Amino acid sequence: MLKYIIRRVLMLIPVMLGVSLVVFTLMYITPGNPAEILLGEEGGSKEAIELLEEEMGLNDPYIVRFGRFIWNLVSKGDLGTCYATRQPVSQRIAQTFPNTLKLAGLSVGLAVVIGVVLGIVSAVKQYSIFDNVAMALAMLGTSMPNFWQGLLLMILFSIHLQWLPASGFSSFKHMILPAVTIGTSSAAVIARMTRSSMLEVIRQDYISTARAKGQSEIVVILRHALKNALIPIITTVGIRFGVMMGGAVLTESIFAIPGIGKMMVDAIKARNYPVVQGGVLVIALAFSVVNLIVDILYAFADPRLKSQYR
Amino acid sequence: MEQKNLLLKIKDLTINYNTYDGIVKAVEGLNLSMSNGQTLGLVGETGAGKTTTVKGIMRLLPDPPAKIVRGEIYFDGENLLKKSKKEMRSIRGKQISMIFQDPMTSLNPVMTVGDQIAETIRLHNDISKKQSFEEACTMLEQVGIKGERAGDYPHQLSGGMKQRVVIAMALACNPKLLIADEPTTALDVTIQAQVLEMMKKLIAQYNTSVIMITHDLGIVAETCDYIAIMYAGEIVEYGTKQHIFLNAKHPYTKGLFACIPDITAEDNKLTPIEGLMPDPTNLPKGCKFYPRCPMAGKECENENPANKEIENGHFVKCHFV
Repeated sequence: MLKYIIRRVLMLIPVMLGVSLVVFTLMYITPGNPAEILLGEEGGSKEAIELLEEEMGLNDPYIVRFGRFIWNLVSKGDLGTCYATRQPVSQRIAQTFPNTLKLAGLSVGLAVVIGVVLGIVSAVKQYSIFDNVAMALAMLGTSMPNFWQGLLLMILFSIHLQWLPASGFSSFKHMILPAVTIGTSSAAVIARMTRSSMLEVIRQDYISTARAKGQSEIVVILRHALKNALIPIITTVGIRFGVMMGGAVLTESIFAIPGIGKMMVDAIKARNYPVVQGGVLVIALAFSVVNLIVDILYAFADPRLKSQYR
Repeated sequence: MEQKNLLLKIKDLTINYNTYDGIVKAVEGLNLSMSNGQTLGLVGETGAGKTTTVKGIMRLLPDPPAKIVRGEIYFDGENLLKKSKKEMRSIRGKQISMIFQDPMTSLNPVMTVGDQIAETIRLHNDISKKQSFEEACTMLEQVGIKGERAGDYPHQLSGGMKQRVVIAMALACNPKLLIADEPTTALDVTIQAQVLEMMKKLIAQYNTSVIMITHDLGIVAETCDYIAIMYAGEIVEYGTKQHIFLNAKHPYTKGLFACIPDITAEDNKLTPIEGLMPDPTNLPKGCKFYPRCPMAGKECENENPANKEIENGHFVKCHFV
């Protein structure tokens, strides 16, 4: 198992190199001049733009620029300097990524609790009123756009009831609405997945065996059925969490959360190459780590898979 | 049959499945009794209602769609159908336990076999986790598996070993009644023989009564004292092994025996019972076997025959005996 983890971690290196190459190339061929955008507002002269271009190293050939990016990253751990704020990119990521991580953790946590509980009860009471209502809500949750749901929540809880702040991300109170906004749509997906996975498991013979032992229904469901139904649930939760590593751009914009999604969109608009490159690298890394954790969890959920992890 | 030794008495048991296609009468008016220490073979073709009957005894039928419409099941003098869920749980696994058809699917794939056996022991005995696991290892040894394999998961065992584990699990609390639902159907013939041999030994050792569901008359001949032949939800013939094997009276039972290929016969064609089981949502009004019966007469079409005792302890449900 440990060997497997080490191998997977080592495999991250070529993945990260590949991601860097792709992002760098994409940004290189995207039209738009960061120097012009930066100076444009103050009406920079042609000379000033050219000077800035030279200073940013934008006139060097593609291969030199890519080489410089990789070299700085590998030798100094330096992702470059943000064109706009003149801060190191790593510092900007350190300011935004924790917010994204908190939001993702909170909303996925919420989604797992709601989704798994709803899914289990719906499966156990299949075709009951509870099941029908829960699945109708789940359908609503998946089909309702996040930004719209966010706005509705904001109108109700921030404007009418004035219980929760509408924007910002400084305290736990600020996190509730965005976490609920993102969490409910994930909860809907997780609930549907849990339900179908549980329904499949509940009909298995070993569930009858557990009942025939005289085991109580709740233990049969939680210990015997749920553990066997976990794999698809873990997969869904993992994908949801991984996607959120890239930030929830719309939700972050609505609630004015300084997360990585918002930072990335702003950086792309300004052709702020170092921030885009650094941001994508961190997002890709986080996504890969989440994937690795999911794969490790598989082994704990199902001993049949453990033997394959060599 | 002596009243005081009576272990199980089923009276007029009727079980329906309510489906979209109509009501499936899986078991109808079934009467059956067995005393302590007996091994009863429940024989019949697929769909005859054997598994439904025993799941009814265990109260393990999924409701919906299954519904026990009427009847009484007395176990040790008490009506199981009147028991609360909690009382039933203390009976399942402890007093009555069950071996399911397919060992490949009847073990939980994510629990070690030792834990699965220990679970039964711990449910019905007030002992520590460690003690129950040790007892589980002892049970494994009893069924011929080394105790150290208790930490293995089901996928690490062969089919025969899995069925041994299932048997160990069923016998772990020394039940009064063991229900074995085609315990060897999924195994190949050599393993079948081993598992049956071991079961016979353990049944004698624990003095357990057994209901053996099977459609293999060879297994019946080898293991059972009493035999009940089921057809379309009814017991059509019941008697001792000698009654059934030497003096079968019901045309269906005769048909079953005729199906066994004769190795000495010149003609190597099989002799099947003509026709198919009736549609369970639309059973014949009179005798259920009437449409397939070679000796059917007028009365068979409209009148369900009574259960007649033709000799001591030998019952046949047919107009022509």
